[in-house]
Amino acid sequence: MEAIRHHTGKVYPLNRTNVDTDQIIPKQFLKRIERKGFGQFLFYNWRFHQDGSKKDSFNLHNDKYIGASILVAGDNFGCGSSREHAPWAIEDYGFKVIIASSFADIFYNNCVKNGILPIQLPAEQVEHIMQQAEQTTYQLHVDLATQRLYDDDDWRISFEVNDYHKQMLMNGWDEIAVTLTYEDKITSYENQTLGV
Amino acid sequence: MSQPKTIVEKIWHNHVVTEEHGKPDLIYIDLHLVHEVTSPQAFEALRSKNRFVRRPELTFATMDHNVPTKNRQEVRDEVSKKQMETLQENCQQFGIELADINHPDQGIVHVIGPELGLTQPGKTIVCGDSHTSTHGAFGALAFGIGTSEVEHVLSTQTLWQAKPKTLNVQVNGNLPVGVTAKDLILAIIGKYGVRFGTGYVIEYTGDAIRSLSMEERMTVCNMSIEAGARAGLISPDETTFAYLRGKRHAPQGECFESAVRKWKSLATDEGAKYDATVEIDASEIEPQVTWGTNPAMCLPISAHVPDPKQALNQNEQQEIQHALAYMDLQPNQAITSIDIDHVFIGSCTNSRLSDLQKAAKIIEGKQVHPSVSAIIVPGSLSVKLQAESEGLDQIFKEAGFEWREAGCSMCLAMNDDIIPPGGRCASTSNRNFEGRQGTDARTHLVSPEMAAAAAVEGRFIDVRHFVKQPV
Repeated sequence: MEAIRHHTGKVYPLNRTNVDTDQIIPKQFLKRIERKGFGQFLFYNWRFHQDGSKKDSFNLHNDKYIGASILVAGDNFGCGSSREHAPWAIEDYGFKVIIASSFADIFYNNCVKNGILPIQLPAEQVEHIMQQAEQTTYQLHVDLATQRLYDDDDWRISFEVNDYHKQMLMNGWDEIAVTLTYEDKITSYENQTLGV
Repeated sequence: MSQPKTIVEKIWHNHVVTEEHGKPDLIYIDLHLVHEVTSPQAFEALRSKNRFVRRPELTFATMDHNVPTKNRQEVRDEVSKKQMETLQENCQQFGIELADINHPDQGIVHVIGPELGLTQPGKTIVCGDSHTSTHGAFGALAFGIGTSEVEHVLSTQTLWQAKPKTLNVQVNGNLPVGVTAKDLILAIIGKYGVRFGTGYVIEYTGDAIRSLSMEERMTVCNMSIEAGARAGLISPDETTFAYLRGKRHAPQGECFESAVRKWKSLATDEGAKYDATVEIDASEIEPQVTWGTNPAMCLPISAHVPDPKQALNQNEQQEIQHALAYMDLQPNQAITSIDIDHVFIGSCTNSRLSDLQKAAKIIEGKQVHPSVSAIIVPGSLSVKLQAESEGLDQIFKEAGFEWREAGCSMCLAMNDDIIPPGGRCASTSNRNFEGRQGTDARTHLVSPEMAAAAAVEGRFIDVRHFVKQPV
């Protein structure tokens, strides 16, 4: 997993609440057995008509969001299905940071395990960022070490992230390798509990 | 006397492998259920890093999401076929028991776990599927995980998890006649919303919960995730033990009795504290129908579709407008005036034998409306065979339903069971998200009884009135 310590990028506003993982990546794209290449299917039904042509009304197609790497959305982002294809698609499309007023639990975990930083902010702050990004080409800087988020106009706030997730993201840990250093403890638990 | 504890605290305590300050706990996983869609990348990663499956005997796999429900011998979709073959190869290589498409135990992972007795009180159970919460009906701590976590459990049989907060959903009173467990969980989500359970494990308590059968409890716990909770459970009781007795993987004979004593001690202690509690009066609940694009957009059958003008704030107004546009419904339209053209009875929420029995009771001697196409997809091959031995398949077929093979089918429409664009389905599944049952398809979540009645009428109707009509 790629480490993320500091990130600067353009913000893409998705002004919807309860965006479920079926919207992030519809089921017809879950049949592949690879982990890569899902970005082309991100928000597929919102981006494309049935015949594959673009839906111009969907704002991700807007020129000013080309190359955006910070996604901002409303409450309860990533709810529904546990499909990790959702963060895979988001990451593969080019997003590194997601800002929302709340996240669904499974999705949040899935992001962290894929080097995507999910930032939960109060609704007013999310609203502020959303408006900025809707009005202009808006760039944000994220510093994970100091847990700060700021723009080029001196607007800045701090955000919360639990230390375990922070360390994992900043170091790009392979979590399994970490856990395997606890093998003695796992074995001893098994011996005591399962009588193995 | 020690402090009273909730079942969640007890199960957690029993599964902590290590706890360190400033870190989540490392908890042990007793049962890992695997299916074809969320596992291939996990197995591939194990291979590429030269890792192995730590406890193949605590892992059980099946094929459900992708499998065709007719013409079973020939999987026409090459990509689906590849995914199923990959699961087969992975299970073979890593020594995992697999109920494949031709196996008598095949079925939806959340139907067969309980059926085989793999699901038991006090276990920690995970699966790369958000409806793993279903197994909580037995007093197990069961939750959905992503593919990275699937890989983690395969490799270490553990997960790093922060101890969850507990939410008591207390259901007082009793459900009126003709109102089902599905209506109950839809009404709870309708009242409290799709995110009130986020960050919590829900424990369902109260008289109405105690009087539910195991299959009804599974329906309730199944949809905990639609309230945002990764897990939802019910303290085990005599109903739980009676269900498990004699199940293939449940303890047998003397061992069963001693297991029951242990399981009894898991139930939440009198006076235990929850982080939050909400209450709902079961006696006030009517049959429910969702009108929108998330499960909280749900109303009693007697109600009218909301009017965005009456919304409490701008956000809600926008949500309602979006949903009505997608669902092609008019503000203030009566729920009973919504015509449907598809009916799906199935899914990990409502595809067990009792669901089919209840739907059959409604449908018996009647005909599916000429403008409706209706399918029944049993949750497992075992459910299918039991239903057939009771003649349920005949009742459905004579009424004009299609009787299919077991799988997830039209709940997520990954196989060929897809609602066409613009189609409208009365569905016993769990999600009415945009496009869930097919691109531009519209889903209304209901109970099996309500789905059966809608199949006959071609629109929604209060099943309680429907039953009273002379046949």
